[in-house]
Amino acid sequence: MGYFSRLAQEKYDVIIVGAGPGGSIAARDCAKLGLKTLVVEKRQEVGAPVRCGEGLGEVWIKKASLEYDPTWCIWKSEGVAIYTPSGRRFEVIPKNKGYVIERKMFEKKLAADAIRKGARYMIKARVYDVIKEKDKIAGVRVETPEGKFDIGSKMVIAADGVDSKTAKYAGLNTANAITEVDSGYEYEMSGLKMDRPDLIHIYIGTEIAPRGYVWIFPKGRDIANVGIGIAGNSEKAAKEYLDKFIEAHPDIFTDSTGYEIKGGCIPVGVPIKKPYASGLLIIGDAAHMVNPIHGGGMGCSMEAAVIAAKTAKEAVEKNDFSESFLKKYAELWFEQRGNQLHDVWKVRRFFEKLSDKDFDILADFFTPETLLEFSDGKKLTVFLKLFAKHPKIAMVAAATLR
Amino acid sequence: MDKITIDKSKCIYCGGCTSVCPVNALELMETYVLCDQDKCIKCSNCVKFCPVGAISLK
Repeated sequence: MGYFSRLAQEKYDVIIVGAGPGGSIAARDCAKLGLKTLVVEKRQEVGAPVRCGEGLGEVWIKKASLEYDPTWCIWKSEGVAIYTPSGRRFEVIPKNKGYVIERKMFEKKLAADAIRKGARYMIKARVYDVIKEKDKIAGVRVETPEGKFDIGSKMVIAADGVDSKTAKYAGLNTANAITEVDSGYEYEMSGLKMDRPDLIHIYIGTEIAPRGYVWIFPKGRDIANVGIGIAGNSEKAAKEYLDKFIEAHPDIFTDSTGYEIKGGCIPVGVPIKKPYASGLLIIGDAAHMVNPIHGGGMGCSMEAAVIAAKTAKEAVEKNDFSESFLKKYAELWFEQRGNQLHDVWKVRRFFEKLSDKDFDILADFFTPETLLEFSDGKKLTVFLKLFAKHPKIAMVAAATLR
Repeated sequence: MDKITIDKSKCIYCGGCTSVCPVNALELMETYVLCDQDKCIKCSNCVKFCPVGAISLK
């Protein structure tokens, strides 16, 4: 029997759609908890193509019960250098360090580990619909090289990314508004001249990247992901802005060229209110669980995956896959992360309403510590009072941070 | 009549366009994007969004 047919004839406790970091952490935990688990992945290779800047905070690695692994934690970042539109440099060295990872290797390692724990993976299998029993999601319908199959399961976890179809097939509206996404484009480059490859570098300004930023995430002494995220409805394509930036910085880029192109959609709005339905949990980018300031989603996704797997285990034990039971997952996640992300979204809206000049005023206003607090969405009412000194900024703050 | 056209030589199949389609007319098929012209409402979200300018309405 073929690879696909053999996997498709089984019945599962949980089917997870998508083998990104969220899907594979959910698979690892579901399998560890004794659930019969299948991961269905559309791509024929887990890990590729990459659609990511590949920055990941150390704290998220621990939260997902992972350990430092030099095969994918390939470069350490000590902090961030932010460049304002007028060229001022602002350095933030946080307590929590981060890595720039090799995401292809990372995803493969996560999948290999989940399989070791007992999960099964079906790659090159596209979910084209869900199976509904009455109103409950009870499996997926897949198209594979060996034909179409209906695969039954007690429940489904949708981890199929920002372009998630699974939740839509289940009847939930998870569409992204064009104003609430960033359009991302990136080169992985070698031969760069970086004075501080131990920092990630962020360039802001309406001419450089409308409502977004250009990033340089070093992956080595002279290699880095050089990318851009801009508002989804910007006038010009992200590629044009990034190419212009590279041209304007010969000091960094003269002897470099790219050897990989990456791109994609970054949800920077608020998380969807209801990331569940009867027989269905939605995690990660599919539920817009992304930090709206920096656009990082791997950490949030893995954190949600851990909660989703625990909820799935309890649901199977109690044989209860109703909305009212699975709601527990959303309550836990919003308490742990979602409510904070909602405040971070307010801060994103605050930043996007500022002019280039305002950013320079802010550079005097913030210390590295307070900037970190603010961009984490913390103490917004305190900041609201502090901004009162600057009439225009106070107005923007009043309109966005309340 | 105008319809969504995707330039395969420019497309980096990132799938971003499928994320902003309000009527689920676009689908990423590993190395290319399919557009269901019957579903498409020509809102141009995908045209504006595409990070490499591969999509046009013509």
